[in-house]
Amino acid sequence: MAAPTHVTNACVTAHTTGECLHLSLCGRWKVAEPRPSFESLIGLQKPETFSISMEEVGSWDGALVLFLVEAKRWSAAHGIAADFSQIPLQVTEMADQIVRGEAAVRPADSTPDLVTGIGMATVDAWRKTKAISTFVGECALSASRLARQPARFRWGDCLAEMQKCGAMALPIVSLISLLVGLIMAYQAAVQLRQLGADIYVADLVGLAVVREMGPMMAAIIMAGRTGAAFAATLGNMKAGEEIDALQTLGIDPVDFLVMPRLLALGVMMPLLALYANLLGILGGMAVAKGVLDIPPSAYWVETQSIIDLSDLSTGLIKATTFGLLIGLSGCLRGLQADRSASGVGSAATSAVVTSILLIIVADALFAVVFNILGL
Amino acid sequence: MLTEPQKPPPAIIVENLDCGYDGRVVLNEISFTVERGEIFFVIGGSGCGKSTLLRHMIGLNRPMAGDVRFFGQSFVGADLEARRQLLKTFGVLYQSAALWSSLTLRENVALPLEEYSRLNRREIGELVTLKLAQVGLAGFDHYYPSEISGGMKKRAGLARALALDPAIVFFDEPSAGLDPITSREIDELVIKVRDTLGTTCVVVSHELDSIFRIGDRLIMLDKTERGIVASGRPGELRDSSQDPRVTAFLRTDREVRRKQP
Repeated sequence: MAAPTHVTNACVTAHTTGECLHLSLCGRWKVAEPRPSFESLIGLQKPETFSISMEEVGSWDGALVLFLVEAKRWSAAHGIAADFSQIPLQVTEMADQIVRGEAAVRPADSTPDLVTGIGMATVDAWRKTKAISTFVGECALSASRLARQPARFRWGDCLAEMQKCGAMALPIVSLISLLVGLIMAYQAAVQLRQLGADIYVADLVGLAVVREMGPMMAAIIMAGRTGAAFAATLGNMKAGEEIDALQTLGIDPVDFLVMPRLLALGVMMPLLALYANLLGILGGMAVAKGVLDIPPSAYWVETQSIIDLSDLSTGLIKATTFGLLIGLSGCLRGLQADRSASGVGSAATSAVVTSILLIIVADALFAVVFNILGL
Repeated sequence: MLTEPQKPPPAIIVENLDCGYDGRVVLNEISFTVERGEIFFVIGGSGCGKSTLLRHMIGLNRPMAGDVRFFGQSFVGADLEARRQLLKTFGVLYQSAALWSSLTLRENVALPLEEYSRLNRREIGELVTLKLAQVGLAGFDHYYPSEISGGMKKRAGLARALALDPAIVFFDEPSAGLDPITSREIDELVIKVRDTLGTTCVVVSHELDSIFRIGDRLIMLDKTERGIVASGRPGELRDSSQDPRVTAFLRTDREVRRKQP
């Protein structure tokens, strides 16, 4: 029988004696170079037995072992006896390890069935709810401690947080509020001009900004900027055992880390919202002057006539609430974070998602409540 | 019959402690005693529950059953006020040192004093300077943790753990990630702490050099046993233990080490 020769570095010559097929390997068997596969080599032949030898092999690595693995699998699958006695023991042992490993590693299907899935989701939801209520409760207790012993509070940290989440957010809040005011005024101008009710742009923009958009835009910016920062900072502190170190000192992490941040956001949010209101109205004023030719003084007088204190205060109540919600979700997600780098990342993401969700839900509730109260 | 004179209670008694997370038991029925002024090692292979045991002993996780007593007082069953008092009796040096990253070294060491002592600002300052000097960090007061090396962080963490002069100090892998010289220096600090104040030291480690150099007694935990497989003096255990797990841990590592000059 003609030997199947391959024009590669690794090659195999075959000859038969009786019913036994002898394969003798030669050349260099390297994983980085092409090699014949056992299946293609043996084709459809069905010898009684076969043997492999490797006296001619120059240098070899895993490629040779893999070839032997193929041979072993083929021999097992076709029930044909194979003789590997001419292969050094170390090589066949490695091949055996691979063959055995293949049999052992068959992960069981771990997808839970429907009922288990529902059960696990319920338990998970219950745990999350419990964690949130525990955290809110701890914050309330901590706030009461703060009210009783204000001297123990870390005012320095709180002021630093105020600086970070308040003063340093002014540029982005200015830009976004101004643009939102501008956009609303444009939309209003196009519609109202058709009715000849140009001056009502001031009413529309003023009310919308003061009651809704000012606090809302400030809150969304804070959620992305400060909520994520809180979660990342606290998550990182947890990963570095800093939170544990506070606990073993008997210092409540809520007192030490959460309250200063919560208070800072609670104080700064209404101020930022007020500032956002002003910038939004200025944006509207610019459009009124530019597009509708309404003098700024007239615009201002019209705005003053439509906005009263209740509009302003509903906006500020909302802003404070949003601030607390952002602070709570940021700190909660930070403290819940996994002790790893990716845990910190997902804590930040989850903090932003949670706070935006809570902001929108709270805003909807406020709309209903204020409507009932006639505010 | 004469009543025996009351012996003072040992520093730590751990009684039938079951440790685990979310209903999964990691350690079962752990009991041991640490005498006053001892340097006590908790050893075992990775994943055997050394850190779990430590977290349960220092109150970061609530034990599933059993009790931990510091100087005879129950820690697990303590109410808030008693717990706060007991927290003062021990300090912890965490594996990563766990210095608060937003505070300087001085502020890190000062915080426990500010929280618990009635000292004024000047006295706290002086104590902090002393503590930092004791661990060889004089002059680094105003550095932030991110600005110093790993060995220095460990020292600063030790200074913080010692701020209140606790009767017990827990060390979580004190020499992890440190070079042999620095880890020997940390060992010397442990000895110094014990000798100057009679502090009881509980060290979680698998650093054989440290165990034989400074350990008075040890317990060994095992993953499959979920409990203690050996306890005694390090040298005696190495030379006379019949348990292959113990000798494998305490001996082969030695020999492997000798082969790698």
